[in-house]
Amino acid sequence: MKAMLLKRALQLVTVVWGVGTLTFVLMRSLPGDMAYRIAASRYGQDNVNSDAAALVRQELNLDQSAFVAYWHWLLDLLQFNLGHSLVSGLPVIDAIQHMLGHSLLLALSGLLISILIAVPIGLFCAWRGNPLDSVFMGLSSVIRATPVFVLGVLFILLFALHWNWFPVAGFGTPAHLVLPALTLALSLAAVSNRVVRDSAKQTFQAAFYQFSKVKGLSAWQTFKRHGARNIAVPVVAFFGIQLVSMIEGIVMIESLFSWPGIGHGLAHAIFARDIPVIQGAALVMGMLFVALNTLVDILCLWIDPRGAREA
Amino acid sequence: MKKTLRASQLVGLGLLIGLLAFSVLGMAFSPYSISQQDLNAVLDAPSSAHWLGTDHFGRSMLTRMAYAVGLSFALGVLCVVTSSLLGTALGVWAVWGGKRVDHVLGMMVNILLALPGLVVVLLFAAIVPGSFWILYLAISLVQWVEYFRVVRAITQNVIQSPARQSSEMMGFSRWYQFKRHIWPAIAPSVFTLAAFGGANAILTMASLGFVYVGIQPPLAELGLMTVELFPFYSDAPWLLAQPLVVIALMVFGFHLLAGKRV
Repeated sequence: MKAMLLKRALQLVTVVWGVGTLTFVLMRSLPGDMAYRIAASRYGQDNVNSDAAALVRQELNLDQSAFVAYWHWLLDLLQFNLGHSLVSGLPVIDAIQHMLGHSLLLALSGLLISILIAVPIGLFCAWRGNPLDSVFMGLSSVIRATPVFVLGVLFILLFALHWNWFPVAGFGTPAHLVLPALTLALSLAAVSNRVVRDSAKQTFQAAFYQFSKVKGLSAWQTFKRHGARNIAVPVVAFFGIQLVSMIEGIVMIESLFSWPGIGHGLAHAIFARDIPVIQGAALVMGMLFVALNTLVDILCLWIDPRGAREA
Repeated sequence: MKKTLRASQLVGLGLLIGLLAFSVLGMAFSPYSISQQDLNAVLDAPSSAHWLGTDHFGRSMLTRMAYAVGLSFALGVLCVVTSSLLGTALGVWAVWGGKRVDHVLGMMVNILLALPGLVVVLLFAAIVPGSFWILYLAISLVQWVEYFRVVRAITQNVIQSPARQSSEMMGFSRWYQFKRHIWPAIAPSVFTLAAFGGANAILTMASLGFVYVGIQPPLAELGLMTVELFPFYSDAPWLLAQPLVVIALMVFGFHLLAGKRV
């Protein structure tokens, strides 16, 4: 347990340094005059001249040498000072907090719905077997092959434009959350229901499971005593792998539905060359990633204490 | 190494070959170019002149789809070849090259894995907007890690095996040991990863096109075409359906070809 936490802490430090350096290097090597682009996104494309660009350059110290800028950036990072947005002038940390809240809301509701879909279907398929098994597995293969944004576009066409049940995009009311969360949930569930099914099938066929039925426990008792935990271990471990596709899904879905989260913010910041926001958003994503992975590790240990002895 | 494909894998292979044939034939025999506009024939339904109809600028959809599919395949194959070679080579090297090599490579991998792949690709795409080669570079950079981790894990077992060790003691070269002991062990996993990698590369390019930081107009790219044709969904739903269906078919084909799931 301790070794695991220490390893994760080390990873977090690597992540902060790595992401910081990577984004710094990438941003320094952007072609074109940075000051000019920032001035353009501040004052509009038509109102930019070299005076405005010079003003921006002076104000933001854009003429520092790369090494000095890198040193300053690391120092700021150590104090968790992410700086101000180059476009809006507001502190990055506020913007990120705001975006993080929306992203977490979307991620958690998507995850919750995906669990509600995947676990019952997976268990049912393993329990009942063919022909329902083949139908559901075929269906999830098809959904899996559909990219997240194609799924989202189809949902918008059907539920928002054709039937007018939910708003097309935006945020604010619970109705706005339905389509993005459902898109995310379906794309996650299409993969994880297979894991639930495989894991459940393996457990149901195991000798210890058969034996507990033979010795006279009811189906429900057997499942509760011997099934649930054993099935859960691979499923929870798989969630750690699925985190990547969840975060990628969030980037796409937020852009598609204009959901004001981190992914949407990152895409916009890249257009506007808003370096502090890009760094902040990438950093928060990396840290969130490590934090969630740690959570998955702890959860795995809690469900299956056998792993603790090996580690 | 003899390998027989299962029925579902054959279906996947057939699907991909069909799409490739469509792309090659379309590029070779279409009388139109991807940017040739005909404003008298905008949003046309499929006809004998334009087999798949025309888009909002009167450009031939068949030609554009053929080029878009070709672009996706080119990127997918390039990324798979690069990342599988790099990942396999480094994965074997990490085990064979001693502790220090393993540590350095492990650290590199951890830094790369710290960010979700799409975010890394987005950052790279920001440097040179609309460049095919930057996309290729970024996607390969993200994907080799997968091969590396799997190959390293399997190779570690093979290296410890008595068979490989006696082979070394008999004085066989490293290349022979790789061919005889390591490659047969890792080949099925590398093949599966490659099939998924192809699907992911195509998907990533379409995703970037969809958020408008990938390939830029007037080039034809599946994700970009989805965005371009979206406003006309009620006038010409068959146009919007084309890129959507083709992306799904390509990804589905690669998934079927992979056979098993990772």
